[in-house]
Amino acid sequence: MTGKKLAQRNYYGKALADLAAKDPNVVVMDADLADSTKTTEFKKIAPERFIEVGIAEQNMIGVASGLAASGKIVFASTFAVFATGRCWEQIRLAVAYPKLNVKIVATHCGISVGEDGASHQALEDIALMRALPNMTVISPADAYEAYAATIAIAEFDGPVYMRMGRSEFPTITKEDAEFKIGRASILKEGDDATLIGTGQMVALCKEAADALLEEGIDVEVVNMSTIKPLDRETLKASIRKTGCAVTAEEHSIIGGLGAAVAEFLSQEMPAPLEMIGTKDTFGESGAPDKLFEKYGLTSNDIADAVKRSLDRKKEMKG
Amino acid sequence: MVAMEYTIQELEKKANALRLDVIEATTAAGSGHPGGSLSSADLLAALYFKVMRHDPEDPEREDRDRFILSKGHAAPILYSALAESGYFPKEELATLRKMGSRLQGHPVKGKVPGIEMSTGSLGQGLSMACGMALAGKLDKKDHKIYCLLGDGELQSGQNWEAAMLARHYHLNNLIAFVDRNRLQITGCTEDAMSLDPLPEKWRAFGWNVIIINGHSMIQIVEACAKAKEAETNPTVIIMNTVKGKGVSFMENNCDFHGKACKAGEKDQAVTELCRI
Ligand SMILES: Cc1ncc(C[n+]2csc(CCOP(=O)(O)OP(=O)(O)O)c2C)c(N)n1
Ligand SMILES: [Mg+2]
Repeated sequence: MTGKKLAQRNYYGKALADLAAKDPNVVVMDADLADSTKTTEFKKIAPERFIEVGIAEQNMIGVASGLAASGKIVFASTFAVFATGRCWEQIRLAVAYPKLNVKIVATHCGISVGEDGASHQALEDIALMRALPNMTVISPADAYEAYAATIAIAEFDGPVYMRMGRSEFPTITKEDAEFKIGRASILKEGDDATLIGTGQMVALCKEAADALLEEGIDVEVVNMSTIKPLDRETLKASIRKTGCAVTAEEHSIIGGLGAAVAEFLSQEMPAPLEMIGTKDTFGESGAPDKLFEKYGLTSNDIADAVKRSLDRKKEMKG
Repeated sequence: MVAMEYTIQELEKKANALRLDVIEATTAAGSGHPGGSLSSADLLAALYFKVMRHDPEDPEREDRDRFILSKGHAAPILYSALAESGYFPKEELATLRKMGSRLQGHPVKGKVPGIEMSTGSLGQGLSMACGMALAGKLDKKDHKIYCLLGDGELQSGQNWEAAMLARHYHLNNLIAFVDRNRLQITGCTEDAMSLDPLPEKWRAFGWNVIIINGHSMIQIVEACAKAKEAETNPTVIIMNTVKGKGVSFMENNCDFHGKACKAGEKDQAVTELCRI
């Protein structure tokens, strides 16, 4: 069962508004997309601590680092493509290397950006951010978790990248749950396979698991809302029990959640792994649901991947 | 080759036809960027029907002039200009932004004939244009490179790196346009991140600067003719424009930066444009 359809960015805006009232040390920056990223909600309450930089993402990160080096807690927001891609080396040198308190919070991640097309669909942002030392990478499962994660990263000292979607999608977590950075949560227990999702794919994982249950396949569903550091303990316990895994992300399978889980499994506890995500390709313009079908990101695709992982587990045993 | 004998009046009619195409296509798509497309319509009509050397029958011919839409979100106006020129059937404009269409939300090189470069991430087109202009120099060719920039887009530092390079290598075969509609997504450019005094900035970088009314066809055509004669340095034509030009409720209205008309609005827009 999933809940109301809500947009994560609206809850990011709400959290920023709450932070504006609560902590005078919080500064929010944007690069001409404040209406879309919802940082406008912060601007309404603390206009003097909202810094518009214009269409200049590289400069935004540099300035963010200076603010953070002077004791501010800085949130810098724009679309995921520009937030991570355009200014990657600025993030590397000015934020990650000196371990500064900058939260790069991006909206419009993934292919669900839809009609704007490939230039605006970030399918590599997790990979880019995950490769940086000192960087924490967060991908909340729904709007409620986006709210809680925003509060949590404001309290956390260090560089963070958080990605959120553009569109509304079903909630799957509890509204007032606390967000623990680095801790995965189990949405449904099961013995046959471990299904690990992140972002809006978590709701689809749950949908796939419910459908599989009717076929007698009992899947454990893990919400991996922190991708780095990866919650190895939860993974270890679950996959030791199930013996196979599937990852699902609205991101390339190169360098993202699937890759992170593959790195972990191959080094610590080899097990069959199937990955749902885009396969070394750019996206394109189209309605989000049609794109999900074309790029193999639906709950049916996830269910099929679970079956493939079960077959491979059997083969390995046999 | 496209016939270049159009009169100023005929070019103005073309611009209007392009505007209508933009409204039809973005409304059919239900999304897209009409505001910045309409502010560039007169320029695109001038370039594709008068100023540029290009051939829809032979889009890859070596001596063609190149056009780069650095403000890639204005893709609808470029697609309209290409369709009206005969690069692809006009009916295809109705597929804008739809699944499987060649007309992606932002221009993609190689997807449609006539698109020279992939754009959509602002601030990169002038560098691409510099590369093409340098290649033209290396090959001793006489074709020109045209590049259209948004004014908000100029806040991105890469533009100024390119501006420096263009002067350094004396790229007089490069002609840039700034669509100075004074609006970006957030509102007025001068409130978001001030650009004025803009002409002085370009002059300080060593460019020839021409300032015109970007909705005066005669001024556009004359400015381009002058820019083509530049002897040593690149030229920027700063076009004072109105975002959403031609449709009363879109003019100077930030809301229509990245939003399509609803059905009723579309009818009004079409009526107004047909009256011109
Ligand atoms: C690098 C980058 N940052 C942000 C955006 C999002 N964006 C699309 S259009 C736009 C505003 C552009 O304003 P301007 O250049 O003045 O264009 P115009 O007014 O002609 O539409 C922004 C911020 C983008 N496409 N690329
Ligand atoms: Mg503008």
